Amino acid sequence: MTAAELPRWLEILISGMLLLGGFTAVLGALGLVRFRTFFTRLHAPTKTSTLGIGGVLLGSIVYLSWISDLAVIHQVLIAMFVFMTAPISAHQMAKAMLDANPEMRPPLPGTTEAQAPRHEEGEAGDQAGSGSNRRSQD
Amino acid sequence: MIGMAISIALLLFAVAMLLATWRLLQGPDILDRVLALETLYTNAIAVVILLGLKFATQLYFEAALLMAMLGFIGTVVTARFVGRGDLIDHD
Repeated sequence: MTAAELPRWLEILISGMLLLGGFTAVLGALGLVRFRTFFTRLHAPTKTSTLGIGGVLLGSIVYLSWISDLAVIHQVLIAMFVFMTAPISAHQMAKAMLDANPEMRPPLPGTTEAQAPRHEEGEAGDQAGSGSNRRSQD
Repeated sequence: MIGMAISIALLLFAVAMLLATWRLLQGPDILDRVLALETLYTNAIAVVILLGLKFATQLYFEAALLMAMLGFIGTVVTARFVGRGDLIDHD
């Protein structure tokens, strides 16, 4: 370890980044444990996968670049991959939950609970829509 | 100072992984368990990177990248299988 060569401000910066990542991970996991419904639980660990991973990767980039006198930016690959794939997996999980129990789907804005559009295409959906539905345009 | 910060960050990620493991064992729905597994994957990526910092090597980078890819694929495939029963649309 060549930590003795680092200037003081850089040590503080890197340590702050790493600790920020760690605290964000704890916050996300705490939300995963404490929140009540599935969709709020789905919300909490996204903080881990953005700020937690991002803080650790930024600290690692700065530290490895400084001690090896090169620009070490391999970690940007991991960061880009995680940032791109985290919304996709969260979307897939939310879609699976809504497909499994459709009564959790909230009504569309502007409609009350009674005239919320059904998923089955049929006569009931047409009558409940009564002009405001998009199916009445054709 | 950086060594101590790395150790504290490793401890924090270990606490986060313990909490996610509680949700993995407890979760009322199967998708809760999938979500807990994805959180464990994300935390494990950060732990591997922190271990690479602690040992001052760049060998652990490929392991973290592979874990990112496998975690994403596993989560998406499991969520699709739970949601619709098969993985590929047959129409």
